[in-house]
Amino acid sequence: MNEQNNIKMLTGNYAAAYAVKLSRVEVISAYPITPQTPIIEKLSEFVERGELNARFIRVESEHSAMASLIGAASVGARTYTATSAQGLLYMGEVVWWAAGARLPIVMGVVTRALAPPWSIWTDHTDILSFRDSGWIILFASNAQEVLDLTIQAFKIAENEKILLPVAVTWDAFVVSHTLEPVSIPEQRIIDEFLEKKRPQPHALNVDEPFSLGNITFPSDYMELRRSIDRAMKYAKEIIVSVDKEFGEKIGRKYGGLIEEYFINDADILIITLGVIGEEAKEAVDRLRKEDLRVGLIRLRSIRPFPSEILSKYCCDKKLCIVIERSVSFGGGGVILNDVLSTFYRYNVETPTIGYIAGLGGREVSVEDIVGMVSEACGRLKDGKLPNEPLWYGVKIGERYE
Amino acid sequence: MSKVLGLPTSELLLKGNASCPGCGAAITLRHVLKAFGPKTILIIPACCTSVIAGPYPKTAFNVPVLHIAFAASAAAGAGMSEALIAKGRDDVNVVVWAGDGGTVDIGIQALSGAAERGHNMVYICYDNEAYMNTGIQRSGSTPPKAWTTTTPGGNPGFKKDMIGIMFAHRIPYIATLNPAFPHDIINKIKKAKSIQGFKYLHALSPCPPGWRFDSSLTIKVARMAVLTGIWILYEIENGVLRLTGPSKNLLDKKKRLPVREYLKLQGRFAHLSEKDIIEIQEMVDESWMKIADMLESNKR
Repeated sequence: MNEQNNIKMLTGNYAAAYAVKLSRVEVISAYPITPQTPIIEKLSEFVERGELNARFIRVESEHSAMASLIGAASVGARTYTATSAQGLLYMGEVVWWAAGARLPIVMGVVTRALAPPWSIWTDHTDILSFRDSGWIILFASNAQEVLDLTIQAFKIAENEKILLPVAVTWDAFVVSHTLEPVSIPEQRIIDEFLEKKRPQPHALNVDEPFSLGNITFPSDYMELRRSIDRAMKYAKEIIVSVDKEFGEKIGRKYGGLIEEYFINDADILIITLGVIGEEAKEAVDRLRKEDLRVGLIRLRSIRPFPSEILSKYCCDKKLCIVIERSVSFGGGGVILNDVLSTFYRYNVETPTIGYIAGLGGREVSVEDIVGMVSEACGRLKDGKLPNEPLWYGVKIGERYE
Repeated sequence: MSKVLGLPTSELLLKGNASCPGCGAAITLRHVLKAFGPKTILIIPACCTSVIAGPYPKTAFNVPVLHIAFAASAAAGAGMSEALIAKGRDDVNVVVWAGDGGTVDIGIQALSGAAERGHNMVYICYDNEAYMNTGIQRSGSTPPKAWTTTTPGGNPGFKKDMIGIMFAHRIPYIATLNPAFPHDIINKIKKAKSIQGFKYLHALSPCPPGWRFDSSLTIKVARMAVLTGIWILYEIENGVLRLTGPSKNLLDKKKRLPVREYLKLQGRFAHLSEKDIIEIQEMVDESWMKIADMLESNKR
């Protein structure tokens, strides 16, 4: 077999494990949670078989998973963990710590609904509740992209002008447990793309002692916070350039902060993320056959938020439709709010309708997306644009009030 | 290295640090760092030493320090220890320095996990027997009947047996420390340094503002804790207990000073009744009976 075209049937989770192996991670630390477990099982196999020369810490909690990576990354190691839902929330305090300490940790987040009630299915509210934490948050939509984006995440995180942790996320089961053909790049090419990890400039070193995280007075705290915001803004360029370089070296390009699908001549743009983005492509194809000029923007980066490019593409459209698997209770849709705030700040006046759909793993089919587009078009025609996002496909009745 | 009274002269905890006058923890830490030497990375969770370290961009330490969240220090140490192995560094001491709240309460899960997995690191709990940094609130390590701001009538609880808990983790080295006995500290740290695996040390750290005694009396209070037997100096190496320092001679109750001599130095015990003091004396005697049992089981 041609090594360049080493295709394996992999789930999204196994694709992540292969990416971690190819990235020559030095310390892995993880605690099991459904649906993340196959990632760490596969990584354990790689480590035990000697295929990946890494230290694997089987921690007693997610809080310790991230804390141990903070310890490992603080002395300059390349590090990885993965989690979901409750695990991510339990880890919460140190998730923020990792960003504040400017440590280039990479974490896979298999997005899963939060309890109660218990749900193991996909929903983006878990990772989006860390929207403001200083983590770069990237969304993949299939197993191949999980592999590619995980490798790219190390390059983005370790850029000396960024030095922020990166979360690569994908939908529970639909991506995490579904087998797809995945092309696995050669180790040699990844070694070239992703140089050996050098300790970051602020790695702790006994030959040059300094402290990381000392109490900081009001006279300096704001400057340190602003430096995170600036790194995040710089990351917009780097996410694009890393995607481009990956494309040149490995042959797959996604578009950086967003993936575009038929947007130039579109009157109507669907803005969505995750695996709904895959279904939305089919919906676009179908609607175009009906002579409706629909295009798609699949958000790949939520932090940094692609405000400039989004406003550029949306400003001359007749209608934008945001479809998201998340909600800010009493405050709208998490993604819708970011889109609308971008539009306001960048003087985009395109009418925009938000849909909350697919929470707790409810299927969002091609038909559903077609349905949302038709309904939104009807509302536009009738001049009945809602002020709040619409809950798509929810059952209504006394039982649910 | 030149030596005065056998103690290393290097100072890795610098002068002018922000500890309170007479801080027992700072005295112990000074000796601990002397014994570890400069190839040491300290991991400090939220505790008094977060303040002693001084504000950004300065530091009171001549060794690198990772400040970390309250519950996270043992896990951070575990990760750092593994990262150093991955990087082929076997010459760096990974040392957690945590207070009693960060150890016996909020940090105990991470500590238990790290100890059970056996990472090569040293965990030191400096025990000032309450949440002193936040203003003298009771912790799981506060002794029975002691006054704190959250036990104004005296602590209704007991002092958690942290050594017993760590003993159950079958780690290769456990020891107790006390700032009145610096040679004992240095010897134990040097031993901990030489042993592979997870090492746990527990230091009594008299706290003048929290225990309500004059800052000139720290060493006296600390020494009295040992001489009355309420604090026992020992080490447990691979499960075998050995008394150290003055505690070696205190197995016989008659040789121990009454615990009253320790209690009366501290305002936090000023409200105790005669009955209270007798009860505390009984607890001290019981803890020595446990030591005697362990010494007996060493022989078997």
